[in-house]
Amino acid sequence: MDFAFESVTRVFAIVVFGILIAILVSLVIGSALSLEKYGLRFIWESDWDPVKENFGALVPIYGTLMTSMIAMVIGIPVSFGIALFLTELSPAWLRRPLGTAIELLAAIPSIIYGMWGLFVFAPLFQSHVQPLLIDGLGSLPAVGGLFEGPPFGIGMMTAGLILSIMVIPFISAVMRDVFELVPPMMKESAYGLGATTWEVVWKVVLPYTKVGVVGGIMLGLGRALGETMAVTFVIGNAHRLSASLMAPGNSIASALANEFTEAVGDLYYSALIELGLILFVITTIVLAISKFLLMRLSLREGTRT
Amino acid sequence: MEAQAAARTPIMKPFVTEARSAVVPADSATKLQVRNLNFYYGSFLALKSISLDIPEKRVTAFIGPSGCGKSTLLRTFNRMYSLYPEQRAEGEVIMDGENLLTSKQDVSLIRAKIGMVFQKPTPFPMSIYDNIAFGVRLFERLGKRDMDERVEWALTRAALWNEAKDKLQQSGNSLSGGQQQRLCIARGIAIKPEVLLLDEPCSALDPISTGKVEELIHELKRDYTVVIVTHNMQQAARVSDYTAYMYLGELIEFDVTDTLFIKPSRKETEDYITGRFG
Amino acid sequence: MSAISPDNSVYVSRRRRNVVMLSVSSLALAFGLFWLIWILSTLLYEGGNALVRLSLYTQMTPPPGADGGLANAILGSLMMAAIGTLIGTPTGILAGTYLAEYGRQGWLASATRFINDVLLSAPSIVIGLFVYTIYVAQVGHFSGWAGSIALALLVIPVVVRTTDDMLKLVPNSLREAAAALGCPTWRMIMFVTYRAARTGIVTGVLLAVARISGETAPLLFTSLNNQFWSLNMNAPMANLPVVIFQFAMSPYDDWHRLAWGGAALITLAVLALNILARVLFGKNA
Repeated sequence: MDFAFESVTRVFAIVVFGILIAILVSLVIGSALSLEKYGLRFIWESDWDPVKENFGALVPIYGTLMTSMIAMVIGIPVSFGIALFLTELSPAWLRRPLGTAIELLAAIPSIIYGMWGLFVFAPLFQSHVQPLLIDGLGSLPAVGGLFEGPPFGIGMMTAGLILSIMVIPFISAVMRDVFELVPPMMKESAYGLGATTWEVVWKVVLPYTKVGVVGGIMLGLGRALGETMAVTFVIGNAHRLSASLMAPGNSIASALANEFTEAVGDLYYSALIELGLILFVITTIVLAISKFLLMRLSLREGTRT
Repeated sequence: MEAQAAARTPIMKPFVTEARSAVVPADSATKLQVRNLNFYYGSFLALKSISLDIPEKRVTAFIGPSGCGKSTLLRTFNRMYSLYPEQRAEGEVIMDGENLLTSKQDVSLIRAKIGMVFQKPTPFPMSIYDNIAFGVRLFERLGKRDMDERVEWALTRAALWNEAKDKLQQSGNSLSGGQQQRLCIARGIAIKPEVLLLDEPCSALDPISTGKVEELIHELKRDYTVVIVTHNMQQAARVSDYTAYMYLGELIEFDVTDTLFIKPSRKETEDYITGRFG
Repeated sequence: MSAISPDNSVYVSRRRRNVVMLSVSSLALAFGLFWLIWILSTLLYEGGNALVRLSLYTQMTPPPGADGGLANAILGSLMMAAIGTLIGTPTGILAGTYLAEYGRQGWLASATRFINDVLLSAPSIVIGLFVYTIYVAQVGHFSGWAGSIALALLVIPVVVRTTDDMLKLVPNSLREAAAALGCPTWRMIMFVTYRAARTGIVTGVLLAVARISGETAPLLFTSLNNQFWSLNMNAPMANLPVVIFQFAMSPYDDWHRLAWGGAALITLAVLALNILARVLFGKNA
């Protein structure tokens, strides 16, 4: 009986283990046609033409990376600020409710972000914020190109902004957790020299936890790369490569969500599945790095005491 | 003995019983005056009306069984407790004529003047050099050469220069435990404080490292007022000039170290140092 | 001579920077809360009216221009979430049990733990794609079963993770006490450690249910949608998230209104599950 129970649990562990491999294998098989026809060219060709059956993934790959980058540029500092507030500044009785509120941002289904983004945020962004960005930054020499063009409301910038709100709870939760791993004595030593709260966090807590912080950022990045519905609503679904962040674009996930059920033809399907394969490989690598870094931090903690 | 102690005490609060009075040694000025200090963890009273005078440029030791409040008392001197909202102190800790416990005092400045070293070595996650420079940069803008000099000076004072001079750019964690603790002491004196608080500085060290740190403490009292908390009575006897025995949040006896260990005036102290209790 | 004084210029500028940075940190928190409040109030404002109308829960999804509700979508969502949870929970618990109780050494447990954590954050649309290629494409049609499988695949990593974590929190002394009575390992796990870790595991399951309730992407390619009341798991099945997606993306105002109603309904349900899980766990932690 003992052996039977152990075997049953082991079988299920193997099932979990196998899921990842099964996903990989099935996606490779599904995209065989496209893999064969295009090879590596698929990654840097920008033409996506279902009518002529010619497919290249550059536009959605670019859109995925660009929106995630915007999300990180905004999300990382904000998450750091939130983690700093929750660990060092917040009165004890507010810590839990505020932490929970931020975590609830992660609980809101992504389709809600998308709908809200499309109907509420994008119009306001178009009429109030985008003109300012375009006028203010569009004429700058080096980065101006990123902010050129007419204000559409929807586009890569909007998608990136909404993604940043969605990754904040993940990144700030990890940061808060690793900040709490810092031995109080370490912080007291810095305070004991007359350091301010900001210096303690910036010069002692952050270096001490940097491995975990990077792990948390990677976790957020993995989320941002794979986010589908929120992006699908607001990115504009345009298979066009444009330097400006104000312009509509496409991401891997939103291309899949929009086109997969309407695709006709084996090659079209196969190309879409290959998009999914690329997304899966990228996020798996990012998440594996994240997990690895976080494991290293907790290992170090384990041996320290 | 009691009469003698009273005679040496210039400030005598009427409600402090004689045996628990604050003593001031005849041969030294007072650096920190503690008066009627009560300390609370939430609603728990952890220090009960403590009054004593810490003499300048001497080593004062606090001894007593765990939980007696000796570390708590030490942590009121640099307001370390104010990091934790549920902890608070009432009464006075007076340095240079000012009560450190009032809210108008700037805690960062207090802590810069009153350095602290902890039970376990806490090198910051940076190089040995930067560990020292970290504190110095908080208050002074030094050029490269001046900073180098200051680092060397601090490491020399902490008897670590010879061991560390060839690896200043290595992480503080590359040092042994005893060396790390001396690094923390060097870090503390690099900003030139007036008082050094040592909270059981040897509790995580082996006997050889402990010996080195004790020697160092002896050296330091030429320039600094040193207050050390220790659970080790022998250590208190070896390094300190004055010793305070505390029990359950009360100051039982405070006297010249030799007197306290050889001829304690209170029965409780005698029981503790002879090992009949604790 | 000491440089330490209140008018030390280095110190003054440091103190100023401290105040500025701490204010910025408070603003960051306000930034986060601002979106939460904005999104939730939009939902209540736009969806509130639809939520209180009975027809939302009794009528089928309408064609454009007609009156209707979301009854079939609610039913489909409930059925698929229930079946997904029923498949995913035992799988997750058993796998998690292996990780925590049997696999303390050996490569399988640590490798599975690693892979599980990757799956936990894997893009849900890829899970949908996976189920499409292995199931939908093979049988040739979308179905409620396919949707349930996709959801189960999302439940599993959450439950594995919490089971593993919670069982590891059970003190070894409890296991030793049971073993000292001559209790075989499987009985010890079933009757001692599971019981000790019960609240934590239930919390994990609740969080998993909350997560799948709002998932849209994996259902797009698996259950698709259906305009009618259907209990047939072997046919395409309506569900709230996909209906919201289609209605919101449409040009029709009355469809938009229903989409807001559905959005408010899902969000309230998901937040309620989250808060319930927290309260449940908080009380026993």
